[in-house]
Amino acid sequence: MKRIYIHEEYCIGCRLCEIHCIAQHSRSKKLIKAFKEEFPRPLPRLVVEESGYISFALQCRHCEDAPCLSACLTGAMYRDEKTKAVLHDKDKCVGCWMCIMVCPFGVIKRDENNKIVSKCDLCNGEEVPACVANCPNEALEYR
Amino acid sequence: MERFLIIGSGPAAISAIETIRGKGSKVEITLLSEEPYIPYSRPLISYLLAGKIEEERLFYKGRDFYERYGVKAFLEEPAVEVNIREGIVYSTKGRKFTYDKLLIAAGGKPIIPAVEGKELKGVFTFTTLNDAKNIAKYLEVEKAERVLIVGGGLIGLKATEALLEWNLNITLVELADRILSLTLDKKASNILQWRLEKESVKVITSNTVQEIRGQKKVEEVSLRSGEILPCDMLIFAIGVAPSVSFLRESGVEINRGIIVNEKMETNIPNIYAAGDVVEIKNIISGKNQPIAIWPNATEGGKVAGANMLGEDKFYPGTFPMNSVEVCGIPTISMGLTEPEGNDYEVFSKEEGINYRKVILRDNRVVGAVFVGNIERAGIFCGLIKDHLDVSPFKSRLLDDDFGLIYLPREYRKRKIEEAIGL
Amino acid sequence: MPLSTIFPEFKIIRDKEKCIACQVCVRQCAFEAHIYDPEKDEVYSDDSKCVGCHRCEALCPTDALNIIKYPFDIKDNKNWTPGILNDIYRQAESGAIILTGMGCDKDYPIYWDRILLNASQVTNPSIDPLREPMELRTFIGRKPRYVEVERSQERDTVKVKTQLPPQLRLETPIMFSAMSYGSISFNACQALARAAEEIGTYYNTGEGGLHPDLYKFGANTIVQVASGRFGVHPDYLNAGAAIEIKIGQGAKPGIGGHLPGEKVTEEISRTRMIPTGTDALSPAPHHDIYSIEDLRQLIYALKEATEYKKPVGVKIAAVHNVAAIATGIARAGADFITIDGLRGGTGAAPQVIRDNVGIPIELAIAVVDSRLREEGIREEVSLIAAGGFRKSSDVIKAIALGADAVYIGTAALAAMGCHVCQKCYTGKCNWGIATQDPYLSKRLNPNIAARRLVNLINAWSKELKEMLGGMGINAIESLRGNREHLRGVGLEEWELRLLGIKPAGEGW
Ligand SMILES: Cc1cc2nc3c(=O)[nH]c(=O)nc-3n(C[C@H](O)[C@H](O)[C@H](O)COP(=O)(O)OP(=O)(O)OC[C@H]3O[C@@H](n4cnc5c(N)ncnc54)[C@H](O)[C@@H]3O)c2cc1C
Ligand code: SF4
Ligand code: SF4
Repeated sequence: MKRIYIHEEYCIGCRLCEIHCIAQHSRSKKLIKAFKEEFPRPLPRLVVEESGYISFALQCRHCEDAPCLSACLTGAMYRDEKTKAVLHDKDKCVGCWMCIMVCPFGVIKRDENNKIVSKCDLCNGEEVPACVANCPNEALEYR
Repeated sequence: MERFLIIGSGPAAISAIETIRGKGSKVEITLLSEEPYIPYSRPLISYLLAGKIEEERLFYKGRDFYERYGVKAFLEEPAVEVNIREGIVYSTKGRKFTYDKLLIAAGGKPIIPAVEGKELKGVFTFTTLNDAKNIAKYLEVEKAERVLIVGGGLIGLKATEALLEWNLNITLVELADRILSLTLDKKASNILQWRLEKESVKVITSNTVQEIRGQKKVEEVSLRSGEILPCDMLIFAIGVAPSVSFLRESGVEINRGIIVNEKMETNIPNIYAAGDVVEIKNIISGKNQPIAIWPNATEGGKVAGANMLGEDKFYPGTFPMNSVEVCGIPTISMGLTEPEGNDYEVFSKEEGINYRKVILRDNRVVGAVFVGNIERAGIFCGLIKDHLDVSPFKSRLLDDDFGLIYLPREYRKRKIEEAIGL
Repeated sequence: MPLSTIFPEFKIIRDKEKCIACQVCVRQCAFEAHIYDPEKDEVYSDDSKCVGCHRCEALCPTDALNIIKYPFDIKDNKNWTPGILNDIYRQAESGAIILTGMGCDKDYPIYWDRILLNASQVTNPSIDPLREPMELRTFIGRKPRYVEVERSQERDTVKVKTQLPPQLRLETPIMFSAMSYGSISFNACQALARAAEEIGTYYNTGEGGLHPDLYKFGANTIVQVASGRFGVHPDYLNAGAAIEIKIGQGAKPGIGGHLPGEKVTEEISRTRMIPTGTDALSPAPHHDIYSIEDLRQLIYALKEATEYKKPVGVKIAAVHNVAAIATGIARAGADFITIDGLRGGTGAAPQVIRDNVGIPIELAIAVVDSRLREEGIREEVSLIAAGGFRKSSDVIKAIALGADAVYIGTAALAAMGCHVCQKCYTGKCNWGIATQDPYLSKRLNPNIAARRLVNLINAWSKELKEMLGGMGINAIESLRGNREHLRGVGLEEWELRLLGIKPAGEGW
């Protein structure tokens, strides 16, 4: 499947990926509007980790053998037949946090406003996910 | 055509079926289910009872699961006997089912203690959809108001949480000196108990039910302490035991649960078992024990399914873990949470209701507790599984920004590669 | 603290309507010109810290930022300009020499902009480079006066009998000038090396030695030997395709170099062969060179060390007596001479030297080429020009004036992202180029930088071919020193004379 690859040696910690992820998952999909007018602000579907000069953006790895799929009690976490991406159906999720408990990358977030989880959806069929498209230094790659 | 027979319709059975069909196999699959329903998610019964979801949502695999997966299912027809020599399973309806390969995924049965009065109306367990429906009906019809929940473990708390939505007068009785004593550490137990009490749940610890009294239905109970509590309904939630009674004479080796190897094979050729019904290796203690959690059932089912098709898959084991939310306070616990002895190093941090604790043995994570802030808890699950030496970064384990960045770069890289199957 | 009279150079304009307080600017500015206020969830700026690198502006996702010149309007005065005043304020407060980076930015004439090229009309046909072969290949090195060939009877083939001195083969007459590892980041060095390899040209190590990971690009490397002799050892000398002895640099003729100890990281210390954290001082002169004879000794020592297999050249700054010095260098046995003009760049130089010492490269090329011809030794040495080459037309004019090839420095840095803010000497280059801070240097992804360098050189090479074709010339060699193809506009008589070109309007 097409995946996001991380080149941490080129991550500059600017967090543009995070910012564009928020916008992409907002109602308007417009940066300024998403940040200034939409509340609560959507959660970014990735984490940017930083320590000293090292940093990298980490989003769901869409694991081949995904622990979150095995742990989900509701079928909310599912694998897309076509793309093989691990996706999350917010209508099925009950917020039991089993998936958070087992995801070894810690990339599933608790959406406290909606009492469900939130995770990378590879921008739902966009040609290139927003984080990759907006990384200024090719630290993220989609192939 | 090869004939597979499956006993049970829980996640272990389902994931075995999904694995078998996912690999394109056309074998004949027959399934015996004690349940009158198509497969549903048991953990969701508390959400149903709480009125948070519709019944339809329980059927998490869709109404047409058996048709889609080509499974000939016999509902409300549990297995009563297995004849391993002939390869026959007998059902309650007296029918004979032959098989080439058998998967036992019968899960667990709630334990009901031998106390006087346990047959009275108004005494329930809380594991099945019918349990939830019956409880709801009883509450409505009998206008029950005072509820006693026996057992402060996972299921007891799930029941409590659900019944809080009904505005009842709830008392929780727990034998140990604190609730969730098997999964949480003391501090986390205390936080949750404090929270329950804030919701007016009466929590009684170090005590249990001695006798249930009433004419036809429950009216009061006496506790071991001698205390008498008037009550309209009682729910037993003191644990589940592998449901193996129908196997006692079969020759399938059983301890508390069915004994299996890493391929989920029992001692009898062509008979596999997975889920709550088996004793699985606890990779922290190294000993085999029933670990009645959902992920263990799906993982085990997956491996059993693949091996039934002749593959060579292994399930190295797991460890106890759980995620429980009580009145808006999420908690996650895994592995050893209140270890005894000097072999352990414990890190903990508390800020209001947010509490984190990590337990190391030989510089390996062997347990963790999260209360309130549960973000990224899964990283620790990975660390336990991978048995990673955390000494280079152990001072960071409780940092707010703790993440993969603190793990050795090589390990991090390999982990990412492994996840995507490189 | 007494009042500072220094005023900011730039003004940061933040469009509050657009700013989403995402803090990208805060994270990107190594000079800390942007500050986040968590209480108000707002970002504000401090103009006095801004160096005008435009990094924030480039990365701001909502285009909320605009960096403009600080409007400092003193009473109009051609003598006491704001820039002059600010320098005085600065020195009055610090008592120190003003340091700067990059090349001279003062208003001296840029002759490239006053020289025009010729084109063919009617009497000689122009050539379409898309349809006909066009040769940009250039060889750098001493050329024999004549070539003896041997005709083999049986097979009717020709063989060169003369033993040719070692040559550098350039697929286009543009190389990357000396920028040391230390003054620029490892990623920048790597990008230059990779681009040179891909294009078929050379980059120059500068005086910082050669990082072990870059040895694999040796075939496209010119290694430098400078007064500090940093990182010079037999393997180093033999790793490259040519050796360049650095006597001087256009940005700071007559003075040495100084890489502050903070920049001497472990990697750099290993590469330069000096202790970590110590200042890397390049003396002003080579202390073993006080005459052309001394220089000859070093040239031959290096040739010995590399078994006469590699061209050895000498780099000097363009100074008043450049022509005479150049012939001396040629006679000392150099295979090429590099002349770095007034506008040559640097990682750090005293501003007063950078802006006031040396002569423009255009004049230097012309006088050196003329002098070598006059003395009949033009073939014995190749001439490489450097210092402020900005575009392909500068390059082609330099070749027509008499250069064999050019070095580009600043243009290459700009291709990698440099915005010429001149703060290289601070080590805080926000574009990740002139810095050793790993937090900053990773901003330069060598994959992207190498790609951009290759694109730039390819684009220039295409333009060179277009211009050559227009002149009816199909090989860059035929243009070299062919000053008939140049005409001057707005130049004085003496300038035309020194450049050796006719004024525009005058025919053959
Ligand atoms: C209320 C509740 C909440 C829970 N919450 C969580 C949670 O949050 N996280 C978590 O990890 N786990 C949770 N669990 C546990 C989880 O549901 C079990 O671990 C899991 O269901 C085990 O799956 P299984 O397939 O092994 O067995 P089960 O799901 O128990 O399925 C076994 C099936 O076999 C049937 N059966 C039994 N005997 C026979 C027989 N003789 N013949 C035919 N059929 C038979 C049973 O009727 C049942 O349908 C919860 C359980 C309950 C009851
Ligand atoms: S959420 Fe976590 S466990 Fe699930 S597929 Fe993504 S990375 Fe893997
Ligand atoms: S939180 Fe939602 S997605 Fe995660 S395991 Fe629970 S139901 Fe599935």
